[in-house]
Amino acid sequence: MRKAVYLLPLLAFFALVAWFALALRPSYDPQTLPSAMIDQPAPAFDLATLSGGPDLALSGLKGQVVLVNFFASWCAPCRVEHPILMRLAEQEHVALYGIDYKDRPEAARQILAQLGDPYRAIGLDPDGVTGINFGVYGVPETYVIDKSGQIRKRFVGPLTAESLERELLPLLKKLNAS
Amino acid sequence: MIIEAGHYALILALFVALAQSVLPLVGAARGNVGWMAVGRSAALTQFGLIAAAMAALMYAYITSDFTVVNVIQNSHTDKPLLYQITGVWGNHEGSMVLWVFMLSLCGALVSLFCDNLPAELRARVLAVQGMIGVGFLLFILLTSDPFLRAFPPPPNGEGLNPVLQDPGLAFHPPFLYLGYVGFSVSFSFAVAALIEGRVDAAWARWVRPWALASWCALTIGIAMGSWWAYYTLGWGGWWYWDPVENASFMPWLIGTALIHSSIVVEKRDTLKSWTVLLAIITFALSLVGTFLVRSGVLTSVHAFASDPRRGVFILLLLVLVIGGSLTLYAVRAPNLKGGGLFAPISREGALVLNNVLLICGCATVFLGTLYPLFLDAIGGPKLSVGFPFFDRTFAPMMVPLLLAMGVGPLLAWKRGDLPGALQRLWAAFAVAIVVAIGGLVVTQGAQVLAVLGIALAAWVFTSAVVEWAERVRLFRTGIGDTWRRAINLPRAAYGMSLAHMGVAVTVAGISASSFAVENIQLVPIGGDLPIGNFVLHLAHVDKVPGANFTADDAAIEVRRDGALIATVHPERRFFPLQQQTTSMTAIRTNLLADLYVALGDQDDKGAWTIRAYWKPLVPWIWLGGVIMAFGGMVSLSDRRWRVGVAARARARMFAQAATGD
Repeated sequence: MRKAVYLLPLLAFFALVAWFALALRPSYDPQTLPSAMIDQPAPAFDLATLSGGPDLALSGLKGQVVLVNFFASWCAPCRVEHPILMRLAEQEHVALYGIDYKDRPEAARQILAQLGDPYRAIGLDPDGVTGINFGVYGVPETYVIDKSGQIRKRFVGPLTAESLERELLPLLKKLNAS
Repeated sequence: MIIEAGHYALILALFVALAQSVLPLVGAARGNVGWMAVGRSAALTQFGLIAAAMAALMYAYITSDFTVVNVIQNSHTDKPLLYQITGVWGNHEGSMVLWVFMLSLCGALVSLFCDNLPAELRARVLAVQGMIGVGFLLFILLTSDPFLRAFPPPPNGEGLNPVLQDPGLAFHPPFLYLGYVGFSVSFSFAVAALIEGRVDAAWARWVRPWALASWCALTIGIAMGSWWAYYTLGWGGWWYWDPVENASFMPWLIGTALIHSSIVVEKRDTLKSWTVLLAIITFALSLVGTFLVRSGVLTSVHAFASDPRRGVFILLLLVLVIGGSLTLYAVRAPNLKGGGLFAPISREGALVLNNVLLICGCATVFLGTLYPLFLDAIGGPKLSVGFPFFDRTFAPMMVPLLLAMGVGPLLAWKRGDLPGALQRLWAAFAVAIVVAIGGLVVTQGAQVLAVLGIALAAWVFTSAVVEWAERVRLFRTGIGDTWRRAINLPRAAYGMSLAHMGVAVTVAGISASSFAVENIQLVPIGGDLPIGNFVLHLAHVDKVPGANFTADDAAIEVRRDGALIATVHPERRFFPLQQQTTSMTAIRTNLLADLYVALGDQDDKGAWTIRAYWKPLVPWIWLGGVIMAFGGMVSLSDRRWRVGVAARARARMFAQAATGD
């Protein structure tokens, strides 16, 4: 029995190796995290907004193609992504909605006052429940939701000029046309 | 020709490493002195060969030899000489060569400086070092050959990522690798001890300096990396809980536990199998770090371009090295004779608490880093992990560690007197409470946690001072007596005090970072930006040509109460080759606070985005790291570690055992 204790580190290590091996399988790519939510109805949410205006609810977004962007003031990659979001809002006129994830509203307000606010409305998700429902892995993450309220695409990590041109804008065009 | 010679040297090194890993081991088992001695010459030869390979690669970089694929991908004739040299390890293949170079350096040092080691132990240690060398040399030669040629050679190279063209990052990898790889020596000692089935005080004395030296290098490496992130990324952050940062932080945490638990083995001859396990885990985590960075299983800003073939190879290597050593541990460790039980309130009890808390901290970081990966592997829901996770879990775990850190050194071995120790720490209590109340009054209760953090740092710092004062009996006896005691105090004691003070300084810096104020605005030429007590005046922005970039250099006057204090020059550098922009922040520090100014984009009306931060105590974060590493080096210079002392201790012990004493 006492000897079995000394086996524990080895067993723990092999469990770890099994996980690493799973992560190395060819289909796994951390950049395009597969989401169980793709082509599923987006999880419903009804959040108080940063501006104090009417609540941001999924039901209110139906009938248009929207981008939902999870961000936070404490998140450095979000700042990297920010110019892209500004471009989406100002030049491409995309319906961009923000969800302020595990954040203090005043900190988010300060950041947006300094950098500019690309969002049509911002829902507050202080305890991250909406994030969990969406399957958010880390911020920033961006979801494309179509007119019927289904999630069509998920971007993990900051949007880049390249992913915008190659994937996001063509997809939005297609969804808007349908 | 030189390139092929380098390649050939690397292949030769592989075969030498093979000989090094087999012959001494067999020799030690059979008591064949000649075979055991092979370990020593093989380690030195292997070092010479890998150094030659490293020199050949460096030569290819300095002469911009664009027939070598690795040079094409990572160098350019316009690149300054310093970065041509450091570019050698700014990429996956080259950094692996640096890795095995450091490994063979450690092997050579062991064979040079361990004259007093028993021949069997030395042979086994060198054999284990050789095995690790075989694994990594095979990895380089089979999956990541830096000497691959290209034909026809292109007119010029693709250049090095501009973000990496920075003095801070140029020397960050060598220190980090010296730390990572240095822990291979304590690992080899642990495995050799398991093979021999003997761990005693002398073993701990041999292992500890290696662990301590690696720990110092790792401390410096991590501090440099964090400092680099602080001043180049331009956002004023200094730690992002990024997987790669965590990969270097985890061996540091366990390595810290190791240098503490080996004291217990040395002084009290107990906690043996635990210390052996820590030595194995520390190096295992260094290897896991290497795996995470290079296999592409986690996304990170630092990660090298990933290749699944490499991931599989490193995973196999992990299984062999860590799985093999843990199997040996499972078989042999139960037979290691443990010391007796000991009282929870004692120096060794405090060191065990230190170990438990450090392990918990490391486990948290480990979970936070790999959790997303684990959940994905079992097809579960995805949960988020980031700053909030680490802030809420890791930080509170460090509070009891810091509290105990003040008391532990004042407890005696075997049976400590907790009330007595706390009584002698009244001054530290007083200072911590004054700092806490003063801080709360000054900040008007706005940043309670940060104030408590600084109070905790004050507690750790003052208790280190109190501990020293107790030892030299400051103010209790004559100046002469105190002076004599201060001189006779072992350097290891000074090392400990310094390292603990370094921790206090770092903790204060980290806590105070929440007092930072920032102001980010568009400023036209001639405009002002207020920040804290200062006003920044944007005088002009000039285009300045650099070696392989053009820079927008802003001249910003810093004024306080209207008086000009300084002119700072933040830059934005544009590297046409990579079409990439980097930010050179201007940091003006007086060691108590940083004024941090970064230049952002220009808008269409000609105004510039300026990000300014005033960050009190932030330089202390790295200052504390330097003090910690300096404390480690002071401790290393203690005469206890000098050649021969450990051997005499073991001889004395055997003599005592023989006479039945």
